Formats: sequence, C-alpha cells, structure tokens
Amino acid sequence: MALEQVLKPQDFATEVHNDWCPGCGDFGILRTIQMALAEMKVEPHRVTIVSGIGCSAKTIHYIKTYGVHTLHGRALPYATGVKLANPQLKVLCLSGDGDGLGIGGGHFVNAGRRNLDMLYIIHDNGVYGLTKGQAAPTLKLGVQTKSLAHPNINDAVNPIWLALAAGATWVARGYSYDIKHLVSLVKQGIEHKGYAFLDVLQPCPTYNDINTKDWYGGEDRKDAATGRPLPRVYKLEEGGYDPVVRESDQIEKKTTQALEKALEWGDRIPIGVFYRNELIPTYEERIAQRVPTYVESPPALQPISGPNGEPLTDLTKLLSRLTFAPG
Amino acid sequence: MSPPATKVNDLSWMIGGPQGSGVDSSANVFARACAHGGLNVFGKREFYSNIMGEHSYFALRAHTGTVRSHVDEVNVLTTFEAETLFRHAREVTDDGAIIYDASLGKTKLSEVPTIEKRLAADIRTYFIARGVGETLDDMLAASKQRGVTLVPIPFKEILKHVADEFQVDQLSKISRVVNMIAIGAAFGLLGFEFDAMRKALEDVFRGKAKVVGMNAAGARKAYDLARALVPEFRYRLEVVTQTAPRLFLTGSQATALGKLYGGMRFQTYYPITPASDESEYLEENEVLDLNGHAIASGDAKNNASILVVQTEDEIAAVTMATGAALTGTRSATATSGPGFSLMMEGIGWASINEVPLVITLYQRAGPSTGMPTRHEQGDLRFALHAGHGECPRILLASGDFEECIRDGFLAFNLAERYQMPVIHLVDKALANSYATVPVPDLSDLRIDRGPLTPPTNGYTKDHPYKRFDLGNGPVSARAVLGQEGTIFWNTGDEHDELGHITEDPALRNLMMEKRFAKLDLAAKEIPEDVKLQYFGPEDADTVLVSWGSTKGPLLDALDRLWAEGAKIGYLHVRLLNPFPTQAVTAHLKKAKRRVAVEMNFGAQLAGIVREQTGVQMTHLIVKYNGRPMSSTELYDAIKGLSRRKAAKRTVLTHGA
Repeated sequence: MALEQVLKPQDFATEVHNDWCPGCGDFGILRTIQMALAEMKVEPHRVTIVSGIGCSAKTIHYIKTYGVHTLHGRALPYATGVKLANPQLKVLCLSGDGDGLGIGGGHFVNAGRRNLDMLYIIHDNGVYGLTKGQAAPTLKLGVQTKSLAHPNINDAVNPIWLALAAGATWVARGYSYDIKHLVSLVKQGIEHKGYAFLDVLQPCPTYNDINTKDWYGGEDRKDAATGRPLPRVYKLEEGGYDPVVRESDQIEKKTTQALEKALEWGDRIPIGVFYRNELIPTYEERIAQRVPTYVESPPALQPISGPNGEPLTDLTKLLSRLTFAPG
Repeated sequence: MSPPATKVNDLSWMIGGPQGSGVDSSANVFARACAHGGLNVFGKREFYSNIMGEHSYFALRAHTGTVRSHVDEVNVLTTFEAETLFRHAREVTDDGAIIYDASLGKTKLSEVPTIEKRLAADIRTYFIARGVGETLDDMLAASKQRGVTLVPIPFKEILKHVADEFQVDQLSKISRVVNMIAIGAAFGLLGFEFDAMRKALEDVFRGKAKVVGMNAAGARKAYDLARALVPEFRYRLEVVTQTAPRLFLTGSQATALGKLYGGMRFQTYYPITPASDESEYLEENEVLDLNGHAIASGDAKNNASILVVQTEDEIAAVTMATGAALTGTRSATATSGPGFSLMMEGIGWASINEVPLVITLYQRAGPSTGMPTRHEQGDLRFALHAGHGECPRILLASGDFEECIRDGFLAFNLAERYQMPVIHLVDKALANSYATVPVPDLSDLRIDRGPLTPPTNGYTKDHPYKRFDLGNGPVSARAVLGQEGTIFWNTGDEHDELGHITEDPALRNLMMEKRFAKLDLAAKEIPEDVKLQYFGPEDADTVLVSWGSTKGPLLDALDRLWAEGAKIGYLHVRLLNPFPTQAVTAHLKKAKRRVAVEMNFGAQLAGIVREQTGVQMTHLIVKYNGRPMSSTELYDAIKGLSRRKAAKRTVLTHGA
C-alpha cells in the first residue's frame, strides 16, 4: 500500500464475524483504533496489535493489522517481546481489566518500570464478561452486578494510580461512547515517546448492570430545571487541567495532581490525559546506551546467515578468552 | 618392599571452604595452572543454596589424557578451614595428602554448625569406632594412621608475611590470599612448575598487578614450604606439551556460544539457579562480532548484538521470547525446573501458533524448590509433556560441552524448520562443571531458517497470505511481523488458515494433523548422528542406554571396562522427541542385558524407551541424591551387573 494513499478506517477492517453482544463498549474501542490508525496514515503491516484473553482480546481479529491474540494476562510481555525485537514496529496492546489488572497485574507493574514505547489500552468494565460476569479488579467494594451471588467482597484497584506508581509516562482515561475524544487519546498515546497507558471505561451491557451507558451518561439524575441528564463523565482538559511535565522538578507536583484527580469517581468521573512525561528515557534509549547499534539494527533486522546458511556470528573473540594455546 | 611408583599426571584434587570465601577462584586458579601446564582438567562444583558461610567444594581431576568426569576418591584435599576436613578427610586415599591449617587442630566437630545432623552423627560414629575424641586433630591423626600425608601450613604467618611485604595494615584486607596459599602448597606438594600458577593468577586477576603479586607471594611461600615438608610424594604433576589449542569452559558458556553462533539475538530470563549463568554470560557479551561472510556480503555492519532481557517472572520470559520470535528474531529463554513450570501455558501457545521458540532447560533437583544447587535429570517426562492439551515440541538433550554448543546451535534450526518449540535439556552437572576440551570443529554447521515467504510475495486481497496454509504440506511458509503483504493473526484458540478463531470440527482435525505431521517430518529428516550415538562393540551383550550429562562418567567408566575386555555398548540418546524409535530398537533388541542409566528416581528414559519401542530394560542404574554420577561408582555398578544375582535396580549414592 503506497504511503500517499488515503487510508480509511475500513482499510483496517477484516471480514471476521464480530460476536460481541449488541451494544458492547468494545465496538467503540475497535472503531476508535481503526479511525486513529487511518488518521495517522500508518500502513497496516507496520502495526502489531497484541491482546490477552477475553472479549477485549478478540478485537485483534477484527482489525487488519498484524494481530496477536495471546494468553490470559500476558498481552504485555508478548507485546514487549515484539517491540524489543523490532522497535520499528508500532505496537498496541489490549487487555480487559481482569486480564490486565487481575491475572496480568505483575506485568502491568513491570511494564511501567521499562517505559517501552508502546500504547497499552485496558477495556475497563468491572466484570469478566466472557466467563459470564464474575467481579473483575475495577469493580467497587459492595457493588453487586447481576450475575454475582453476593455484593463484591473485594475493593477495586485504581488503574490510574497503579499506572502512575508503576512508572507509566503517559496516563489517560477514555470513555468508549465518546469516540471522537477516544480517537484523540489513542493517537496521543501512540505518539507518546514511552509507555502510554489508556484506561477506557467500556460498559458491558450484558453483565455490568450498574456502570451502564446510562449511568455514565447520568440518565438517572436529570437536571430538575432542564430535564436533561447530568453526565458523570467529564473531560479534564475542559477545566484547564495541564498534565504535562515540562521540567524534571515538576514530576512530584504533576504526579500528585494526577493522583488527586484519579480519586474522583461517582458523580464526577474525569476522562482525558492525567499525566504526561517525556523526560524519562525509554527502554529503547536505555538499551542503545549499552548497544549503540540497537535502534538501527535491532534483533529482528540483523542478518544471521550468509547465502548458503553460513553463520555470520564471529565467535573468535569470545573463544580466544576461553582458549589455552598449544605449548 | 619398595615404595609404590610415583603417579604422574593422574590426580583427583579437592578444595573446600565456606561459600563466599573464594573457593571458586581457588579452584579456577588450580585448573588454569594445570591447563597452562598442558594438562587436561575436569572440575565439578558443589555448593549450597546460600550466599555466604555454607560449605562448598570443588573436585577436580588433572590428567594428560581426556577427563570427562569426577571420581569418588580424593588424592589431595586442600583447605584452610575445619569443616572441609571433617566432611572430606575420609575420602582421601591412603596414599594421598591433606593440606590444612595447623592452628585449627583443636576445633571440635560440635563447633561447626553448618554440618548437617545426619553427617555429624556419621562422623561421630567414625571417631567412636577409632576410640578418639572429636577434634580436627583426631580426624587428622586417623588419616595419618592409614598412611595419609599431612601437610600443615601456617596460613596466618604466611598472610602476615605478605601483609608486611606489601605494606597492608590489616590482615582482614587480604584474607582471601589464604586461598592462593592453599593452592601454592598443593602445587609445591605435587612438584608442579610454579610458573604455571603465576600465569593462572594473571588470568584470574587480570589487570590487577598488586593482587597478582600478593597472591603469588603467599602462594610461593606455601609452595616452598610444602616441598620442604614432603620432598617425596606419591602424586606428581608435570608440565606436558599440547599440540592443539583447547577450550576451557563451563557447560553454560558452551550452550551460550552455540546459541550465539546459531544467530540467537534475543534471550529472556528470570534469575534462577543454575540457568542464570548462561544469560549473564550473554549479557556480558551482548555486542557481537560478525565474520567474513557478513562483511563480504556487504549487508551487515561490522558488529551485531544480542538483547538479553531480565523479566519479571518466567511467564513473561517465555511469552516475551515468543513475541520476539514472531518478528523473525531467533529467540530463546533459559530456565530451570520451577521457572519451566511457569512456562507451560506459553509453550502451548507457541506450539499451536507454530512459533520457533527455543527453551534451554537447565535441570536441577526437584520437585518444587527441591535442591536448587544440586543435580538431577528429573525433567525429561515433564519437558516431553509440558503444557495442557497435545502440542508437538522437539526435545534435545546434550551430553557434553561440544553437544551443548552444537545443540544450542541446532535448536534454532529445528525450531524454524519445523516451526515449533524446541526444549534443549541441559543440567546442573554440565552447567557448573568446567573442563579443557579440544576446540570443536564447527565448520559443518549451517543455518536453516525453514520455509519463509519471500519479501515480495504477490499475495493479494483475493489470494491472501495464509500463515497456517493447509495446502502445501505440514510446514507453512513463515512470515514475520512487520513484513509487507503477509498480515496474519495468531490466537491461542484453535484457528483457521489465516489465524482466526475457529471451533469447526473438520478444521480442528486438519490443524491437529498438520501440527503433528511436522513431528513425523522431523523424525524422518533429522540425521541419525544427531539423534543418537552408539559407543562400543556392535555385538555387545550388555547395552547401556542413557541421556544427558551421564555421558562423561559413563565413557570414563567404559574406557576402563573396555580395557579389561568387557563387551558393553552404550547408546547415548540426544534427540528425545520425536523419539528415534527404529535406531533405539535396533541397538537394544539383541542385547542380553539392557540397562538404563539415569540421574533420576523413576528411570524416565527407560519408560519412554518401553513406550516407544516395546523394549523393556532388564536393569536400571539410577541416582537421585543431587550429586552427579562419578565414573568410579558407574564402573562398580556396571561391573556388578555381570554378577549372577545382579540387582534389577542399582541406586548410586556417592557424593558429599
């Protein structure tokens, strides 16, 4: 596909039958990724999208880029391997909140420590949908969604806090029914230099009957005067929130500000970019300090054999250190 | 009666001491000195899962000929502390010697807290039987009584002398010099050229002239003292001339070298004993050179590199390596039992997605944490069946250092040619031992990347690339992430030809059959000399079957038995899956005695042989105490098989 060719979201669609429930929040994320990639004019083969397990993970089958649907909780390490071996690829990684914060919680933390240049999106709906609605890590304590026998006995983890604590250098939240806003976030996340984490509130119409589209939209609390709903979700940027760390002495202030904002929930739920810091060296840059040829000649692009299969690696230096000469 | 003749260049030597006190570097200097003097060495390292204080020791053989194993007996025991003497003095041969610190004589057995209760009781029984007390002097007197030569060395005095000479104000700053004092004494006793030791010190303390000087000064004092104390000793080491270069390396290094030569450019690991050594060696050498082939073809820069990633756990290690493999990078992870246990799901994913992934599995004593620093070949059946469901994989097991190199290389060829995980089994005995070996000729090795889609591939919307194409034999042309025109999908679910999820029963059958047909193809194509090796007479009435690192002690034991005229054959199986059924059957069916020799409880290979060939072993020789088999105990056990009422199952138990 020629670069100058105009890409449309449809160019990123496959013919695979989509088996999500009608009204699923995942549709918004799928559409968003296709739109963002088209707008960014990224050739499909230059993109690899890695997912874990669950409804969210099926997304890759509906997108026409390289798609790697992996194991429950393990999307991040697979994606990390892809990106490290070939940093010239654009790598996106998708999980559900159970996938990414429950079974995959350890990888979530360690991805932050690396600051590898990729975007990680969590489809955040508070339930394990594909296994029929068990409580997932972002479901609040005491909430009883419809397939739970009892109210949730565990409290929720705060993905924004966790991402900040782990070291993610771009932390944002989107809402899957605000596609225009979400496209902008996905594009920013892809363009961010370093590890970008995007938490997407994504109602599960089948199993989460508490945090529904209507609930996020405030249909249950209409303005007495106008009769119009008072949405719970609001955009950080509309209140003049500035997430950007411009000098390293701002890290503490900007982190604290993000943590405070991320505590808001219930009547007011912020979406948008909480934190952005491009002053931290990426993992690729850290490697390049040790191996100067890493970026131009990463593992995937190094020739290893000659025309007749001759190994190209020269062991002379290594062997000489281990050799006793005759005599 | 005239005194027995001097034994020249055939020595079993041991040094022991608390972990963290420098026993490793002492053994390294001893071995290197021997190698500088033209001798061949084999060294076995034993240590506790501990940072500091527990007992560790090195058993080392020096010889003019080939040495591939350790033996039970010790000719010269060397130490500067008490515990080593309590533990090992009884292993010293009557004609051997003990080098020790005379000032420790009053130390009581009960004052050494790191000796296990069972062993302490055993030593106490020994003392009681001899009617002596329980001090080190008692142990030494008992040794002397049976002929052992005692070589007391005043370690502290020599250390003081070194401190004065080099103007060091505190002895504690140079306390490690005691190690080299001990080595110097050993070489003095053995009459070896001191110059060889100086060269070894220069190797080990490269670029630290003062350290070399201090250690050499201490060693020289002890050397002269030992020579004066024991002018005539039964064992001697003499410098010999070698005509060809030799490598001096560990199994971990050998495996790493094979993998690098095979084009590995990405390796993941999570710290675990004994696997980490390989990854650390790779990390230290991450910037690589390319040879003339690369420079001539002009498509490569002057250097290359390998990326080694320390992951957060072994699940990340296996999945990250798999992600890297999908980009076309030759990728591997290296681990040991507990880490391998965490990799099961990832191995299944790599298998169903036909990803060329290499896993180097350094076996250690299990189950669970087991004995982390001790040896076992206990993971054969586990590696064979690792993962849920049925997923093909190739299993290779190396028996010596050259096989470590070759299998490290070959694993990637097999992984890419048959597009499946390859599990390369190594073990603690190979990983931590070192030896001098001839520089292997690797000129026959070629890289085979298996069927690949060409860069300009002509796939269109109507004729798309199919990663799991069912129309062209079991192995589909492989494309890599990022390649133009070949977009594909992967999933851990059963998939269609494009890589999308399917639950269609007919397609499921085709995909299962495709995956397993690759294993049949591998069985057909892999050359016989890679699959196994047979040693000994073709008409042997006894055939031993073994795998992995037992090869060294077996060949050393067999050399003795063959010299005595024994008609014994030895089948060393290297390819364990797909199993070389025909060849194994052919070698076994005529033998009267069929004996499996394995470092595990259950004789795992014996079971696989029976399953694959229908041939049942008549005898088993097994060992599972965590210490590798010695050639001495194998010699005895094999010889014992010809007794009329030989036990069906012999359990070897040697080792401290």
